[in-house]
Amino acid sequence: MTADRIRSLRRGLFTLIAVAAAYEATAKSGYFAPVLMPPLGTVARTLLATILDGSMVLHAAATLYRLLLGFGLAVAVGLPLGVMMGRFRPVENFVLPLLSALMPIPSLAWVPVFILWFGLGDTVTILIVFYAALFPMLLNTWTGVRAVNPIWLRAAGAMGATERALFWKVIVPGASPFIIAGLRQSFLRAWIAVIGAEMLAASDWGLGWVIFDAKEFLNTDVMLAALAVIGLIGFVTERLVFGSLERATIYRWGMARTAKT
Amino acid sequence: MHDLAELHDTVTGSPAVDAGRFRRAARNAFPFVVVGAMWEAVAHFGLFPPRLFPPLEAVAAALVRLTRDGILPHHVFDTLVRLGAGFGLAASFGVTIGILMGRSRRAEDMLLPLVSIAAPIPGLAYAPLFLLWFGLGNFATVLLVAFVAAFPIIYNSWTGVKAVKDIWVRSAYAMGADDRRLFRHVILPGALPYIMTGLRLGLAQAWRILVGVEMLAAVPWGLGWLIFGAREFLNTDVMLAGIAVIAVIGLALEKLVFQPLEAMTVVRWGMMT
Repeated sequence: MTADRIRSLRRGLFTLIAVAAAYEATAKSGYFAPVLMPPLGTVARTLLATILDGSMVLHAAATLYRLLLGFGLAVAVGLPLGVMMGRFRPVENFVLPLLSALMPIPSLAWVPVFILWFGLGDTVTILIVFYAALFPMLLNTWTGVRAVNPIWLRAAGAMGATERALFWKVIVPGASPFIIAGLRQSFLRAWIAVIGAEMLAASDWGLGWVIFDAKEFLNTDVMLAALAVIGLIGFVTERLVFGSLERATIYRWGMARTAKT
Repeated sequence: MHDLAELHDTVTGSPAVDAGRFRRAARNAFPFVVVGAMWEAVAHFGLFPPRLFPPLEAVAAALVRLTRDGILPHHVFDTLVRLGAGFGLAASFGVTIGILMGRSRRAEDMLLPLVSIAAPIPGLAYAPLFLLWFGLGNFATVLLVAFVAAFPIIYNSWTGVKAVKDIWVRSAYAMGADDRRLFRHVILPGALPYIMTGLRLGLAQAWRILVGVEMLAAVPWGLGWLIFGAREFLNTDVMLAGIAVIAVIGLALEKLVFQPLEAMTVVRWGMMT
């Protein structure tokens, strides 16, 4: 097992080094203009410099602020509405047709309309993030609530659980694998949407804007540095935040991981 | 996504069922009527300038006008061609790489780090880089769409091949299957439900990214460009008409392409219900 792991790691490392070397060789060969394809050393130096002077940190902070606000709004709306859709038939009948009409529209298609309605700036980006993150949240919560075993509900009712206890002690834990899968998908969508919206809705801060702005001035090193930061944030949230959230809730409660979609 | 529709699907036949069908149609239409009426009320009340918040009849008129002029079909056609080209590339490379990763330990070890580094970066973040490297226009757009759509396809094909039961492989070998027949009759059907999911996710991803890229890449035709270009002239009616077309295409891709394809393959073979 361990020898196996070491061999996997060695092979993985080998590819990464090979790709980096190939990139470096192409960059140094002068076949492409160095402005378009800076060597990795330059990218690393730019990354370090922008982090040290604080600009990259501020850009990342602006992006995260929009991301979390939009995502938070989507959860605040999507979770209760999803639960209501699962519990009450009329709500489901009303929301579901609208949902299936809106869902196939990519969130970025709304950017130009929102720019006209709300002007350039934070509002547009936050609303786009909200739109993108809402649907996975809503759908997963709805499915989760419907997937709660009716026997559990009847058993809890028979043992005299109030509506509130029923909600907190039965429905929420029962639907939790789906809800957490929904949070995860929502966050992923939100993360994609925030970068795109920042590019199109040109505010002054944000990682998406940095990349887009760097194109105008052919600052490919800045672009690649921002890409690295974006990749890092995506990786950290996916692995650390959602991984530990799953461990702390559904694994601990013994709910099998059924909602992996 | 398809349980949404299936929820309202039932067989028809007797008059009683027909009445039920009518009721169901009415129930599905009701929310649209409510939202449409609210939209009309806001639009006609003059709360916002009509240029920015056109009534629905103006949007419909724009839709008809653009279709009659042949402008809209041209935009739609170009967008679909890009989607087809990008998705086709992504599907052929993605499935191949995914299956390779599932079958060969060496390929898995070598490719997985690359895939897991590149995948969590949102597709549009690569757009300026692709535009710089490959120039504005179709080539960069198609390449980016293919690149972004490939990840879910690779990932699902890989998982699918790994999910093929070992016992199937061993019994096929025991019954004297060679590698080629093993692949065609055991591995491929076994992995297909996952590959289908991957293709479906990849197409959805391609569709989402394409609309965004068309706004950035300054291509002369395309639905994304139609919407984004209309902003300059405050043609909100054109924008909303474009969005309506986008919604219809998105829905059609799911209903007319993937559901029949699934019914023809994995459902018919009994791999999935």
